[in-house]
Amino acid sequence: MDYYLQILLIAGIFITLTLSLNLINGFCGQFSLGHAGFWGVGAYASAVYSVYYALPLPAAINMMIAIIVGFIAAALSGILIGVPCLRLKGDYLAIATLGFGEILRIIITNTEKIGGPRGFINIPHWANIIWVYAIAAVAVVFMINLKRSSFGRAIISIREDEIASENMGVNLFKYKLFSFTIGAGIAGIAGALFAHTQQFLHPSNFNFMWSVIILVMVILGGQGSVTGSVVGAIVLTIVPELLRFAGGNIAAWRMTIFPVLLILLMLARPQGIFGPHELGGSKLRSKA
Amino acid sequence: MKLLNQSPKLWACLLSLVLSQSLMSAEVLKVGVVSPITGATATFGQENVNGIKLAYEKLKKAGGKKFELVIEDDKSDAIESTNATRKLINIDKISAMIGEPTSSLALASAPIVQEAKIPFITPTATNIKVTQVGDYISRACFTDDFQGVVMAKFAVNTLKKKKGLILIENTSDYSKGLAKSFSDEFLKLGGKLASTEELTYVAKDTDFQSLLRKVKRANPEFIFVPGYYVEVGLIIKQARALGITAPFMGGDGWDSPKLFEIAGAAVKGSYISNHFAPDDKDPIVQNFVKEYTKIYGVKPGGFAALGYDSVGIMNAAIQKAKSNKSSDINAELVKTKNYQGVTGLITFDKDRNPKKAAVVLEAMETGFVFHTKVNP
Amino acid sequence: MGQNVAFFLWDCLQYLINGISQGSLYALVALGYTMVYGIIRLVNFAHGEFLMIGAMCGYYALQAHLPMPVAILVAMLSAGLLAVVVERLVYRPIRKSGRIPALITAIGTSLFFQYFGQLTFGADPKTIPPFITEKIYNFGEVNVSNVQLAIFVITMLVLAFLWWLTHFTKIGKAMRATSYNLQAAELMGINTNKIISFTFFLGAALAGLGGMLMGYTMSVEPMMGMNLGIKAFVAAVVGGIGVIPGAALGGFIIGIAENLVAGLYKSSFRDGVSFFILILILLIKPSGLLGKNTKEKV
Repeated sequence: MDYYLQILLIAGIFITLTLSLNLINGFCGQFSLGHAGFWGVGAYASAVYSVYYALPLPAAINMMIAIIVGFIAAALSGILIGVPCLRLKGDYLAIATLGFGEILRIIITNTEKIGGPRGFINIPHWANIIWVYAIAAVAVVFMINLKRSSFGRAIISIREDEIASENMGVNLFKYKLFSFTIGAGIAGIAGALFAHTQQFLHPSNFNFMWSVIILVMVILGGQGSVTGSVVGAIVLTIVPELLRFAGGNIAAWRMTIFPVLLILLMLARPQGIFGPHELGGSKLRSKA
Repeated sequence: MKLLNQSPKLWACLLSLVLSQSLMSAEVLKVGVVSPITGATATFGQENVNGIKLAYEKLKKAGGKKFELVIEDDKSDAIESTNATRKLINIDKISAMIGEPTSSLALASAPIVQEAKIPFITPTATNIKVTQVGDYISRACFTDDFQGVVMAKFAVNTLKKKKGLILIENTSDYSKGLAKSFSDEFLKLGGKLASTEELTYVAKDTDFQSLLRKVKRANPEFIFVPGYYVEVGLIIKQARALGITAPFMGGDGWDSPKLFEIAGAAVKGSYISNHFAPDDKDPIVQNFVKEYTKIYGVKPGGFAALGYDSVGIMNAAIQKAKSNKSSDINAELVKTKNYQGVTGLITFDKDRNPKKAAVVLEAMETGFVFHTKVNP
Repeated sequence: MGQNVAFFLWDCLQYLINGISQGSLYALVALGYTMVYGIIRLVNFAHGEFLMIGAMCGYYALQAHLPMPVAILVAMLSAGLLAVVVERLVYRPIRKSGRIPALITAIGTSLFFQYFGQLTFGADPKTIPPFITEKIYNFGEVNVSNVQLAIFVITMLVLAFLWWLTHFTKIGKAMRATSYNLQAAELMGINTNKIISFTFFLGAALAGLGGMLMGYTMSVEPMMGMNLGIKAFVAAVVGGIGVIPGAALGGFIIGIAENLVAGLYKSSFRDGVSFFILILILLIKPSGLLGKNTKEKV
């Protein structure tokens, strides 16, 4: 069942993406609206490798290289954006990252060699659903361990109170930049998987709207919750597709029903499904 | 955790809905449609679907093998487009497909249908690469290359103008491709470009004054703008206000009554190449225009006409096919010969691109009228 | 060479004029963003959609053969009323849940109206004729149209009106008090909910006005609010979000910069330049050009 596989596959990629944004947004409390830009950089960079510079190696090894290329490219752009922007706070940081995300997309659209506005075609089919979920599993394990480590606790303390954590000796800039860079890099990995499963990239997939959708996945699941990210990514990938099956008017109006559901959910449960908790009730903090 | 406790029930409910729908789908021959009904290119997609629906309603009354139409929206988005295509193939079990009208999204879904071996016809994806994806992909329109050649010949041979200028929409592959095939042919025929600088604009621009100042100084005899009608309308309007009098020329992207709403009488004297002429005296065309106008209240453009013809071509293949199997339908589809549609007599070449005539239309004050027909 | 230099200077002047005219429109839209942000610290992503719905209503008023001034009034009122309804039904309940849920809600509202517009009005662009008969005046190599001038004048009048409103009327003072400190204003007996509704109405009505004036260059279509909204928002941030003259200043800067880049370089980078300026300003002066620096309280 190709269709179900495709939905599962997209959900898996979004699990990784949502986790990567959760590191920036949920753990560190830095509000980013340009995450799709990093995803795009990773996707395009890895695709450039596989289309133009691929080494004559088995597909699996080449895919590893593509993932590493995607990670490095996205992480580098994360540093490039993070160094000047992380001084900003709250809404201002969100807007600055939005601006950078859009600039990245405009550059992609204006680069002829990677397909420009038509889209990048003929990307080899190196990855499959096993790759996607293996990477998602690695990301989940990484995030859970990070959350429990002293490093992760330092990052979370920044979210709770910057001034207090600075007084406790946490180097704000270093930890913020770390989470921003790693978050961007993981998004780049998701991009590499996306490029090599879909075999087609289009600049419209990396615009502001997709940054918002990833953010909504984080918020829906619960900021700072790894379980939440996984659930958020799956739910938000499946619901719009399920609405296709509702038939008649509902299917025709699905694009308006979706935002209404979103608003209702925010009204009913603004902290997301899980809040900061994990499945099984473990949580890291009492109410801030 | 209230939401969580309820959700298993909700999911079960939705899942059973899904299953019951897919179980019902026995035996009926289905034709899928994926088109951007919402999102950035919805204005093309909605018109395209109108044409498709009109053809389908008409065929329902005719005799022969029946089929059912399943229409999916793709939000003008590549992920949604491939999801919708897979859904049609796996869940609805379609036997044939009327594909995406825009080239870039047709390129996204074509490999999937090719792999599933479902015959796929795109109404209006004019980019040459689309049908190169494989032997199950065909189209109802001519390609960009052909259109550019037609207009270059028209400029040099009919209008006798040899100093031209091209304005390119930089974000559109359609515009770039058309500009290239036009300028290649134009230079070959002895024409000259009035400016060495590449003059470009982007979709959704609204102010073209800066661009038009450069045009005015280059003083060309005509201006070729292979773009879409929204921007083209504004360009022409603002050019006339600046005192540029040279005629404009363009391609099928101009074809919409909206062009005249936007630019008004300023469009008069421009020429475009197109798939069909609404004022063509041919009764087939006249019937189509009359029926379309009756239902939708506006005159059909090329997107509607080609959507209409795509269903017709696919239907002809379905009727001729010896079984309802996709491979049999495709075997007939690629052999399409002398199909009389509203956009002309359609015969597929070996690359499944139709060989058919283009028309050159001249703009009057309120709409386009037929000027000449150019055969391939 | 002499001629080229002269052309270059004329061009710059022309782009400056075009930029001021376009910037006026950004300013009108940015004012609504800024006022709403100033008062409840919400980035109202649906602001561009209020503009779109307003302009659509104005378009249908014109289709019904109502005269242009009435159509403009219809556009302003419908945008304003829609904003009040949305604020009451959606934003007010979410306001206390924190900023990110509020932001997501605003984005949801924006998406809803975009798709709602495409499915009800149709996705095809609709044209609004210029609100006065266009005349173009030539000065050497430079052209100025009376529509451009009128847009500029209207924006200036709106700014003067807002200045008068916020400084010399009771409701304006209440708005400033609410924006300064919502709880304190409430304690002083100001009905802050009413003030917030009024602010939404005013901001959206100005957006509706902007939407109708745009008929001069643009056509009205359901997705128009998105791009325009982001641009206006950028303008508001550049000028200093929450500060009314800042929105106007930001609008002019973005308008002029876009026209200069599109004219002297390439229009593909028109959108890029506004974000570039945004980031530059945020790095140099994060609170915007006219914004006040706020100290963090421990």
